[in-house]
Amino acid sequence: MVALSFLIWIPLILGACAWASEKKFSGSGNWITLISLFGLLIFSIYLGSGATSSLSWEWFARFNIHFALLFDGLALLLVTLTIALAMLAVMVSWNDIEKHRGFFHFNLMFSVAGIIGVFLAADLFLFFLFWEVMLLPMTALILIWGHEGRRYAALKFFIFTQVSSLLMLVAIIALALHHQSQTGELSFNLGELQQLVIPENMQFWLMLGFFIAFAVKLPMVPFHSWLPDAHTQAPTAGSVLLAGILLKTGAYGLIRIVLPLFPSATMEFAPVAVTLGVVSIIYGAVMAYSQTDFKRLVAYSSISHMGFVLLALFSWHEVALQGAILTIVAHGISSAALFSMAGMIQHRIHSRELGKMGGMWASAPKMATVTLIFVMAGIGMPGMANFNGELLTLLGSYQQFPVQTIVASLAIIGSAIYGLHLFQRAFQGPPNVDVVDLHMRELVFTSLLVVALIYFGLQPHIVLELSSETISSLLQTAGEVRP
Amino acid sequence: MMSVPIEHGFVLVALLWAIGLVGLLSRKNTLFMLMSMEIMLNAGALAFILAGSLWQQADGQVIYILILSIAAAEVGLGLALLIRLRQHIGDLNIDKLDEMKG
Amino acid sequence: MHDLLFLVPLFPLVSSIVLLLLAGRLSPMLVALLGVGSMGLAAILTLLIGIEFMDMGGESFQQVLFNWLPIAGASLNFGLHLDQLSLVMMGVITGVGWMIHWYAAAYMFGDKDVQRFFVYMNLFVFAMLMLVLGDSLVLLYLGWEGVGLCSFLLIGFWQHKADNVVAAKKAFIVTRVGDTAMMIGLLILFSEFGSLHINTIVESTVQVSQSNLWLACILLVGGAVGKSAQLPLQTWLPDAMAGPTPVSALIHAATMVTAGVYLIARMHPLFLQVEGILNIVAWIGALTLVLAGIAALAQSDIKRILAYSTMSQIGYMFLGLGALAFDAAIFHLMTHAFFKALLFLTAGSIILKMHHQQDIFKMGGLFRSLPLTSTFLLIGLLALVAFPGSSGFFSKEAILAATYEAHTAGPTLWWIGVLGAFLTSLYSFRLLFIVCFGPANHDLKEADYKPSSQFVVPLLPLVTLAVIGGFISLDFSLVFGPAHHPHLPLWIEWMPVAVALVGFILAWVLYFPRRSMQPSDGVISRFCRDGLGFDWLYERLFSKPLQLFARINKSDVIDHFYHFVGWFNFSLNEILVISQNGKLRWYLFGTLAGCALMLGGLLWWR
Repeated sequence: MVALSFLIWIPLILGACAWASEKKFSGSGNWITLISLFGLLIFSIYLGSGATSSLSWEWFARFNIHFALLFDGLALLLVTLTIALAMLAVMVSWNDIEKHRGFFHFNLMFSVAGIIGVFLAADLFLFFLFWEVMLLPMTALILIWGHEGRRYAALKFFIFTQVSSLLMLVAIIALALHHQSQTGELSFNLGELQQLVIPENMQFWLMLGFFIAFAVKLPMVPFHSWLPDAHTQAPTAGSVLLAGILLKTGAYGLIRIVLPLFPSATMEFAPVAVTLGVVSIIYGAVMAYSQTDFKRLVAYSSISHMGFVLLALFSWHEVALQGAILTIVAHGISSAALFSMAGMIQHRIHSRELGKMGGMWASAPKMATVTLIFVMAGIGMPGMANFNGELLTLLGSYQQFPVQTIVASLAIIGSAIYGLHLFQRAFQGPPNVDVVDLHMRELVFTSLLVVALIYFGLQPHIVLELSSETISSLLQTAGEVRP
Repeated sequence: MMSVPIEHGFVLVALLWAIGLVGLLSRKNTLFMLMSMEIMLNAGALAFILAGSLWQQADGQVIYILILSIAAAEVGLGLALLIRLRQHIGDLNIDKLDEMKG
Repeated sequence: MHDLLFLVPLFPLVSSIVLLLLAGRLSPMLVALLGVGSMGLAAILTLLIGIEFMDMGGESFQQVLFNWLPIAGASLNFGLHLDQLSLVMMGVITGVGWMIHWYAAAYMFGDKDVQRFFVYMNLFVFAMLMLVLGDSLVLLYLGWEGVGLCSFLLIGFWQHKADNVVAAKKAFIVTRVGDTAMMIGLLILFSEFGSLHINTIVESTVQVSQSNLWLACILLVGGAVGKSAQLPLQTWLPDAMAGPTPVSALIHAATMVTAGVYLIARMHPLFLQVEGILNIVAWIGALTLVLAGIAALAQSDIKRILAYSTMSQIGYMFLGLGALAFDAAIFHLMTHAFFKALLFLTAGSIILKMHHQQDIFKMGGLFRSLPLTSTFLLIGLLALVAFPGSSGFFSKEAILAATYEAHTAGPTLWWIGVLGAFLTSLYSFRLLFIVCFGPANHDLKEADYKPSSQFVVPLLPLVTLAVIGGFISLDFSLVFGPAHHPHLPLWIEWMPVAVALVGFILAWVLYFPRRSMQPSDGVISRFCRDGLGFDWLYERLFSKPLQLFARINKSDVIDHFYHFVGWFNFSLNEILVISQNGKLRWYLFGTLAGCALMLGGLLWWR
């Protein structure tokens, strides 16, 4: 249905409106962006609440490229998460942005449009387009409103993603050409390509091309180096979006493209991928402990958590796949929450160094309590969303890869070590610095985040129901390959 | 009248061209570079004359006139640039024009 | 009444949440009322449910609250399971917990953070109740981690002191090591049994490989060892005394540290299926109880003595479990809760009276200055050393008797248990003599501290139970099978009492303060005081290497590869840029040379 494309145009147009109106009425950009995102949220839930909807317009007929969108349960879940996190980003940086405020809002909305496009695209060319498109406003966000090392971080972020995307582009074209050699016409459509039979050897290389692009985004050790710098130097809104949802596009790509299109290649490659996932988990956790910068620590913890997603996806087990989706949603919320806290602290004491903090509970108990809850969620405290994802991931992957899973569970200790390190250095101990406690606005959205984490911790059913279709079709594909 | 073999003419052309080239490459004074380019052009023109005489057609001499006019136009422009150059950097050393580097 | 089972954990949870949300807006009186009152309600409800449960014959009862984790093929509910075991645990938690909360309201009265205190305490009780009432291992794990979190928060309660913060972190991380072991055990169990529902696992008739089952069980033991501060994960308990004394009483005496005992008791059908596991459990208990006893002898902080004493007594419980005397172990858990809570709270009164002085060598002669408190201390210590007739006597006797006869334990372990009884007596009377007798090593006047009935009233039930609690007969027949009463020769049954007497006499000789006492400072004493070297070992083995690696790799060695790529490109640029020198004649020459090369090449290949 045509309305689907509105999910992409509306943020763009309203972002431009926010830009324009900010010039006239200073401060209006915030409100316009917030309200339009809220409207978009309602709209997307309305669109997605029915059955799966799709859209396909002819675009480059010569190459059989269509503007094809698909909105199923998984896409609804991730689009909702995107918009919610974008709202969080706006609320967190309400008073943070000093220069080019209108342009900031435009970039924010542009990112949202790009990311929604990635989640909706059903044509590989369109997917690639949005993949590149979502990169641009994010780079601008880091470059213009970032912190002291922003040029380096933005450049690194851009180059890493571009190089890996190039490999993906090659794989896409090869795939389309293969389709042509099999059926006589080029096709970039996900559905059609899934019917394709691809010989083992070629499947492996094609998968690798996609895998590297998504592994860089995920991120997976050893392609993770862009993340600490990008997350640390980005403004708070940028970090929230980056950690909360941009990383998930990598996971989404794996679920949507790599796993369904190349099942036997992925199963062959699984031991390697799973081991790399476990390496990410452990390395991320250990690196997090070494950091003295609040945001950098949280960035490395993101690497650790996304390692779980990689572990889960390549185990090809139903419980693990459920765990992967749960981790994606849970990490989106908890990571965004921690980055918001980092942003709030930086706004107050103009530093991210843990050494400059200490004993902040004495002056800001509300902030401390909320941060404690977020840290506890991040280290897998049962009753909160992240635990469910971790548990299911471990339960499922153990069936396929017991040794790696056992090593991965050492992350339980590792996360406690860096989580406590972060919290205790910042909030406990003798008071080193006085900070202003949470304002009403900040209290509102942090409480919402707490409620969300506990809600998904106790009732993850919505998440699992929305993604059940995708999981069962994946398992069906697996069953055909490996009965 | 003894006829001169045509090869000698082409050897002369080659020699002239080489002399012009060497002069172009080894001279720093822009005026002399222009003069060397003239020699190279004339060598080319001579080649056309010789070819015209070989094929017993007037086309060679027509091209010669064309080349001469082009050379003249080029010299006119070149000398004008030379004067601007002199005004800009004080002398005609072409090696001094190296700001577009790096 | 059974249907109201879910209210028992709900009362403290609601109280905790209300206290959290209304932070700073309630008067201390209201805070205490809410915090203590919710516990009181829970305790009374437990009593009523218990009575009804007993009347109905003790059949186990399930209550499913809601569906929690729709794991594919093994959906998990948030459900409660009530049987004799969980009833006893629930009774201990709510009953003793209520008394401790009541005392704590008085103890923490002047503290500005008292509201936060009760948030944590009530949350802890909720988590502990979920642990013992949970019908699946995942719900148990939720309670398990929850008590770990609350323990962390309560140990580091006075968080402006760096030492407390460090102690809290140590407790959390060491127990997390155990938790990881337990999680891996859960993974194995799930892959073998296809479910994490306790009854499903325990009643399953699926053929499971012995090696996998053994692994799962040893890992569960690993988790239990962490939470219960047994070898080798015992190092956190003494440092946990940094928290307020009621915390030590509740968490590190009566409830959280007994979670490991509960776990093994709950999963005992699994343990019974595997060769050798229970033997290992018994050995762990035996070794810990001796080690802790030795360490207790070298301490001079009253709370640390009691902490090591707790470690030692839980060793007895592990010994009991290992000797197949599950009912005796849980019985000892209950009596230990009574007298150890009494001891800790009494110690709290002493500490308050001594103006936060915890060094026993700075006390002395308290029988004269604090007769009531000293009497309570005496009663508690008598129960601890298993004085005939006290509650501790019956429970310890049961364990030791079972140890002698069990095929998974036996006389060797029995002798170790007896040695432990001797050590217990020795350090207990050492504590009593140094603190309560002899010249006063302090110069505090009595008038500094107004005795309040709120400090005494909650202790009275505990005193009573410490004395007569041994006569409560617990019926675990539907959980552990019919009770087994070993018949042993008289000398074996009375040996523990005899060694306790010997210990008393030796303590009299060594420690009765005829003159001012000084703590001994020899190498051996210091070694024992510092927990027999375990801290030193773990620091060298784990902490230091991790910190070293963290320092070295802070800038991420993998990133250096990418820096190299960048550096390489820049260097290449710097080299190539030399050819762009702006000189026209160079460019001309380059063009011509290139042409010549190409022509030459063409001609040559023709």
